[in-house]
Amino acid sequence: MENKTTIDIKEGKQDLLITREFDLPIELLFKAYTEPELLEQWMGTKVIKLENRNHGSYQFETSYNGNVVFKANGTIHEFKPNQKIIRTFEMENMPIGVQLEFLEFEKLTETTSKLNMQVIYKSNEHRELQLKMPFVNGLNMAHDRLQQILTNKN
Amino acid sequence: MQSNGYIMNLRRDVFQAISDPTRRAILLLLTTQTMTAGAIASNFDTARPTVSKHLQILTECELLNQQQNGREIYYQINANKMKEVADFIEPFRQMWDDRFNKLETVMKNYQSKNKK
Repeated sequence: MENKTTIDIKEGKQDLLITREFDLPIELLFKAYTEPELLEQWMGTKVIKLENRNHGSYQFETSYNGNVVFKANGTIHEFKPNQKIIRTFEMENMPIGVQLEFLEFEKLTETTSKLNMQVIYKSNEHRELQLKMPFVNGLNMAHDRLQQILTNKN
Repeated sequence: MQSNGYIMNLRRDVFQAISDPTRRAILLLLTTQTMTAGAIASNFDTARPTVSKHLQILTECELLNQQQNGREIYYQINANKMKEVADFIEPFRQMWDDRFNKLETVMKNYQSKNKK
């Protein structure tokens, strides 16, 4: 599948822009963010709480082998169906801290839509930590593979 | 190699540098600490000169900095350079792309189910 997600990161700033076009009508794209059962399926996390309204809040939790391995929460500042969600997001027990998210849902055609997501971090350093996470995970996987190769050689 | 100017060549070298699994593993080792060449080499079964060659390549493309401490040379990651590498952002972008691909699949299934 072709890569449709773009990430715009400006040097020295503390935010980033994530853009993606979907082969989905805008109502369905928005639904993916507001229906717990659907959100759980694509986010791969359990939805503990999700109040889709101004000043509502939400909580996600992921367990692995009976242990909670991921917890996130936030409050919804503004909720406009099929238009936008402004909310905070924070992964618990992580040094990245709380981030502010502007999600803009844009109708392109009757069957396609676009999501513009601006994420603002506390500082440039916090943004750096966030970007580094998947990179380090990738390196970890590369390292694991390397160790496998080395072990098999011996 | 055809030259498209200094920057292009430098970039290409950086990508080549991190495409090698041993060099990636070296970068991984150095994400949390600075180490001497000897300490780095002790993590690999490869011959010491091979590890030195890898360190030289990583240093030449500025992914690593050398720091003289007494008689020892310590290696550390050059975070600024890492940032310049598109590959640094790529895993983050890939994570979101996977997630959004899943969203699209989930919602298409939902759409066809609700049409019936």
